[in-house]
Amino acid sequence: MKSANKTVAQRLGIPLSRRREVGSAGMGGLPPTSQRVGVREAFLVVFLLSLSGCASVQPRGTGDLGLVVERGTGAVQVVETTGKTVLAEVEGLGDLSHASAVFSRDERYAYVFGRDGGLTKVDLLSRRVDRRVIQAGNSIGGAISTGGRLVAAANYTPGGVKFFDAATLAQVAEIPAIGADGKSSKVVGLVDAPGNRFVFTLFEAGEIWLVEMKDPTHPKVTKFAGIGREPYDAIITPDSRWYIAGLFGEDGLAVLDLWHPERGVKRVLKDYGKGGQKLPVFKMPHLEGWGFVGPYALLPAVGRHEVLVVDTEKWTLAGKILVAGQPVFVVGQPGSRRVWVNFAFPDNRTVQVIDAMEKKVVKTLHPGKAVLHLEFTPRGENAWVSARDSDKLVVYDTETFQVLKELPSSSPSGIFFTPRAHRTGW
Amino acid sequence: MQRTVISLQQRGFRGGVRRAPPRKPDKHMHTRALISFLALALGAGAVFSPAGAEGALQPSLERRAALVHLVRQDCGSCHGLTLKGGLGPALLPETLADKEAASLEATILHGRPGTPMPPWQAFLTEAEARWIVEQLQKGFPDEIR
Repeated sequence: MKSANKTVAQRLGIPLSRRREVGSAGMGGLPPTSQRVGVREAFLVVFLLSLSGCASVQPRGTGDLGLVVERGTGAVQVVETTGKTVLAEVEGLGDLSHASAVFSRDERYAYVFGRDGGLTKVDLLSRRVDRRVIQAGNSIGGAISTGGRLVAAANYTPGGVKFFDAATLAQVAEIPAIGADGKSSKVVGLVDAPGNRFVFTLFEAGEIWLVEMKDPTHPKVTKFAGIGREPYDAIITPDSRWYIAGLFGEDGLAVLDLWHPERGVKRVLKDYGKGGQKLPVFKMPHLEGWGFVGPYALLPAVGRHEVLVVDTEKWTLAGKILVAGQPVFVVGQPGSRRVWVNFAFPDNRTVQVIDAMEKKVVKTLHPGKAVLHLEFTPRGENAWVSARDSDKLVVYDTETFQVLKELPSSSPSGIFFTPRAHRTGW
Repeated sequence: MQRTVISLQQRGFRGGVRRAPPRKPDKHMHTRALISFLALALGAGAVFSPAGAEGALQPSLERRAALVHLVRQDCGSCHGLTLKGGLGPALLPETLADKEAASLEATILHGRPGTPMPPWQAFLTEAEARWIVEQLQKGFPDEIR
């Protein structure tokens, strides 16, 4: 009876195990005391019996939903950004250090890529694991195709990219990342591009591969070799034109024009950093969140306490902004000239807000210990920040910088909101 | 208590054969040899007064908890939370079995030039690096309470 209750309750979107977090999902009237549990369960049984035979998901959109990775416990929280609450916790996702997620185009399902090679499809409405496969030994991230039919996972061990049917998670194709050096490389910077294409980068071999997946059983791969030493991550610009890989082993960036792939990969900003002593890098920067503001892209410098301002017309350096530490994520605030920046150890208690046009820091915030990620609501009015070592999420009003809400979370890292479903390359 | 004594002796011995980190010319080698010698002498002394040595050579309980957290979380961003590897190599007992402890300690403290591995000496003492290597080689704890 109890397990039957749970199933139906989950289908209704009422998580039994995490009711302490549920503010407005139908059970919110009773205080969460242990004495009340019996009453609540009795109430629930009556409630469910009254619905028996017509149990279905309560009508609800998913455009304000999101997912927070709880790094230490192999769980994700399903959150909603309208009331700013945690709706449920979904467990059993494996090793989620460095996990990331993409969303189905109907914004109902999240595909979570775990470090242990697990690919988990989470149903945000029923708030449970829909499917899960272990697809590699060591994974780093993924992407979803233009039409939403293919999910791609980038792997370190064995190095390569695997493609899965988004509905069933059945594998449909695999591309081992054997570079011109004849060795298997770790894959980084996997993004989706228009036209059912995917682009990714080989860390050891220093190559960019462009894959066309119109016929998933016959991937067409175009390889660009010799792009630079140790490309560590890559991004596609919001206009889907440029694929840009950051280099760790040398200075500069490698850029592929997806409107003109026949022109090959060119190197830009190649003088950046020369002659200076680089600081040791305590955490690899991410390029995923590059802030694109007006004519500028703002990106994390490698090993320096700087955010770089790049003119995306000419691909030249337009300025450097001194910041509180080594930047990890530099994320543009939607509808704004601002970007928000978090930092590597040991400066990871701090978040700074930069005005991209003034090229200066306008606000320094201290949300908690070990800030790992931040995500904006789609129109940019709120920023959600994860503070791993404070075990909490902090929600800011981006206009006033007031803390609107703090939500408990167990070692939170990545925060992913469903509108990513409609952004190419996120 | 017996275990403490043995591990101190092992450390002392290791200190005696300590080498400069591979691939890195080290102008402080003599200084370090001296420090190693002093550590050895101190270690030998500690055998007779283990209570005093506990603070000097073995990180405090609180500090050990912080070190475990640092390794799992911050080293984990490259080596994986479970230390099975990521952008950086795996740090499991089986992968470290044939590596010399002194060289692993040097890697932690001084980094590995030509790779993304940074030096952690601004955040760790030699004794702490040594303790981390010991834990890694015998299977790193999840947490210390």
